[in-house]
Amino acid sequence: MLDFWKNALKDLGKIGVAYIIITVGAWMVFMILIPQLIMLDYSFKPMLALRDIGGPKDVWTLKNYIVFFTNKLHMAIFFKTIWSSIIVTSVALAICYPIAFYLAKVARSARVGLLMLGLIIPYWINELLRLFAWQIILADSGIMNKLLMFLGIIADPINFRAGNEAVILGMTYAYILFMVFPIYNVIESLDRNQLDAARDLGASWLRIHRKIVIPYAKPGIAVGCTMTFMLAAGTVAAPQLLGSPSSFWFTQVINTNFECANWNQGAAYATLLMLLCVIFMFIMLKIFKVGLKELTQ
Amino acid sequence: MGQDVEITDVSMCFGDVYAVRGINVHIEAGEFFSFLGPSGCGKTTLLRLVSGFMDPTKGQIKIGGKDMRGIGSNNRPTAMIFQNLALFPLMTVTGNIGFGLEVRGVPKAERIKKVEELINLVDLHGAGDRKVSELSGGQMQRVAIARALAVSPAVLLLDEPLSALDLKLRHHMRAELRNIQRRTGVTFIYITHDQTEALTMSDRVGVMSIGKLEQVSTPDVIYNNPTTAFVASFVGESNRLQGTISSMDGEYAILNTSFGSFSCKNPQHLSQGEAATIFIRPETVFLTQESNAPNLLTCNIQNLSFEGAYAVITLKTEQGQLLTMRHNNDGTAPPIKVDDHVNVTFSRENAFLLQHGGASSA
Amino acid sequence: MKSSQSIFKIVIGAYLALFFAYMFLPLIFMTIIAFNANDIPQITPWKGFTFMWFGELAKDEQMWDALVNSFIVAFSVVAISVPIGLGGALLLTRLQFKARDLLYGVLVSPILTPGIILGISTFLFWDSYMHVPGGLWTAILGQATFITSYCMLLIMSRAQRFDLTQEEAAFDLGATHRQVFWKITLPFLRPALLSSVALAFMQSFDNYNTTLFAIGIEQTLPIYIGTKLRSFISPAMNALAVVFIALTIIGAITYEYKRRREMIKKG
Repeated sequence: MLDFWKNALKDLGKIGVAYIIITVGAWMVFMILIPQLIMLDYSFKPMLALRDIGGPKDVWTLKNYIVFFTNKLHMAIFFKTIWSSIIVTSVALAICYPIAFYLAKVARSARVGLLMLGLIIPYWINELLRLFAWQIILADSGIMNKLLMFLGIIADPINFRAGNEAVILGMTYAYILFMVFPIYNVIESLDRNQLDAARDLGASWLRIHRKIVIPYAKPGIAVGCTMTFMLAAGTVAAPQLLGSPSSFWFTQVINTNFECANWNQGAAYATLLMLLCVIFMFIMLKIFKVGLKELTQ
Repeated sequence: MGQDVEITDVSMCFGDVYAVRGINVHIEAGEFFSFLGPSGCGKTTLLRLVSGFMDPTKGQIKIGGKDMRGIGSNNRPTAMIFQNLALFPLMTVTGNIGFGLEVRGVPKAERIKKVEELINLVDLHGAGDRKVSELSGGQMQRVAIARALAVSPAVLLLDEPLSALDLKLRHHMRAELRNIQRRTGVTFIYITHDQTEALTMSDRVGVMSIGKLEQVSTPDVIYNNPTTAFVASFVGESNRLQGTISSMDGEYAILNTSFGSFSCKNPQHLSQGEAATIFIRPETVFLTQESNAPNLLTCNIQNLSFEGAYAVITLKTEQGQLLTMRHNNDGTAPPIKVDDHVNVTFSRENAFLLQHGGASSA
Repeated sequence: MKSSQSIFKIVIGAYLALFFAYMFLPLIFMTIIAFNANDIPQITPWKGFTFMWFGELAKDEQMWDALVNSFIVAFSVVAISVPIGLGGALLLTRLQFKARDLLYGVLVSPILTPGIILGISTFLFWDSYMHVPGGLWTAILGQATFITSYCMLLIMSRAQRFDLTQEEAAFDLGATHRQVFWKITLPFLRPALLSSVALAFMQSFDNYNTTLFAIGIEQTLPIYIGTKLRSFISPAMNALAVVFIALTIIGAITYEYKRRREMIKKG
């Protein structure tokens, strides 16, 4: 222990060590740990009027969580959120994998820069505005409906917002970058010679992907899926803009709770959401056999 | 000017491992001193102890008579040239060389003058504004030297600075370093695993092995009078005859082997009955016609190879002992060929009876 | 062999074309609509070319307030996240200690946490315990919680490539810790620090999920947009989008131009 401090002081000097302790310490304690603990604390306490706080009614209770498990509607929304997020993740993965591979291994470097820019530019525009674009396109009098009617495929405009489809579509659009980049990064480091060698030995492209590229790209795929799932399950923007009351998202349930000042209930639900994400992440890690360190974006 | 460095009973442990143990040596002011040894022998650790990156676990280091314990590397009168040079890549040559002066608050005008002087000293005229990354290996070396000399150190520490250079450049830089040392009078402490470097450049050499100092002496004594088996085998080439000591006689002793008894020098003062090895340099073994010369070996010539300046002759005794002889190409080459039976001999003055371990300084 | 190669190329080309159409068409539509004199944001029916929506946007005081707030929050977040991220990067890249991996996990966890949870937890902490009501301050802290993690990772990847013997050499030549830091270490880290500033600014300016829950009654630009889009949709929003798009394109062109110039310099 003493050695550690001696080394630290030698390496960074007194001011340096103090600086690091203060900044990182404040960040870790006051911004990361304590708020989380307080949210957890809130989730275990009943909703109280100001004067009751600290009094006899201020006890720890599982009531907020029990409410969730007994509320069929909320549970349905919760599972729907999970399911839809999985769909978004899968669709994003299916679309992005070829793009990532193309950028990493097939395109020539001059092109890659340009294409990357093409990928990143839409993301500099606010997420909400991009979702808004889809809101317009999918509106009753929007382009999508007009096109379908023009082609004679449908007679009356479809209300895209009634179901989850719009939300899913919008989310996929919004989070594609988060799936492309991790996979791109990993595949980029794959030695091109491996692919050429396999080709030379007569393997088909399908086999090459299955046996060489995908196993190698596992960390990237895991990261991409985790990020996309978390964004999908945890976002409020897309459901708010592209959904409707009948396609409520779990995050919106949390929001409603807050709008009604039932912070305790909201905290409990938020904790459940958090648990969901953590569990998903661990599942991803297990499936892809990846460690926690592969997160250099 | 240079100061002396006194290393007294210095040991350094990392956990349970001793990197250096019980080092005792006094390096004179203005001396060019080399620590020679294979990788892992502790020479780098020793250098870092002198430079102040760490304090020894035991023992004392004095520079110019002053105890250096607790004094950090930025406050010691030393400057170091690192193996990878550690030049500052974002600065120019002038920036690098002037850095030590800059951090001491030397005013700009004076700094510029001093840097100019140093650039001339190390022969880098006109390269002042170049970026470090544009320089060749040899030029980068010189910047490192100039940068270290800029702070007028009493002791300059060099960590195998020439190992990354190609052969010709290395030879050239050896001479240059020696020159600079003589001109400035700074004490140089040089570490290397290359014995030719150590022997040609130094006033004195300290041979190290596994954290211990085996022998400290001038290059000729190290080569011609090794006092430990390690020194004899690490420096130069040796023939080895193993046996048991049958008798001692003052400075000398007689070793019994399976192919005869031989008289030799006994620098470690080993006793009768001990097992030991005689080390003999190939160039001190000679052919002889006399059948009753002392230290005689009857051998069969196995191989003759002509290597330019000298010929290497490999011989084998009846009992299977191998010997190597080296004969200068001075026109006196004996008329021998492979498979000839010959007699060879060596003087007991050139034969050293040694056992493993035991560091001694002469 | 040749024909399958060219089929391959056609397929790839088509896929790419579709993909980028998917990415850019919505934005193109948005732009067109901004100039349509139609009350409802649509491409058809086209009621004439106009700039009026831009005018309406400029008159919206709420929008300007929100914009100013966005800048205040973004600058503050940068001021917090980059220095702390630097501290974290130095700690994790240079010091060895047993709990290092654990600490790394904790400091990176905000990135893996859904934004709304960061917003909620920050809000609860400051509002209930510290008695600071939700507003710009809580928004800044909520955002900084995870943006600092990003900055730290960015700086770490550069710091890991730093040759520490340079610092040793500088010490050896007589420099103090402070001099070593300002003259040797910081110049090396500068590119990463500048990228962090840019990244932090953009992420903060753009943030919705965390800010929504942490900001109480105040508004930043995304919050304003969100509220507007949920209530009364007007092509003024399209005008705003066009402004964003225009700025982005200018930004992209400048970036590409700079990059090309750097390549020419080097090559």
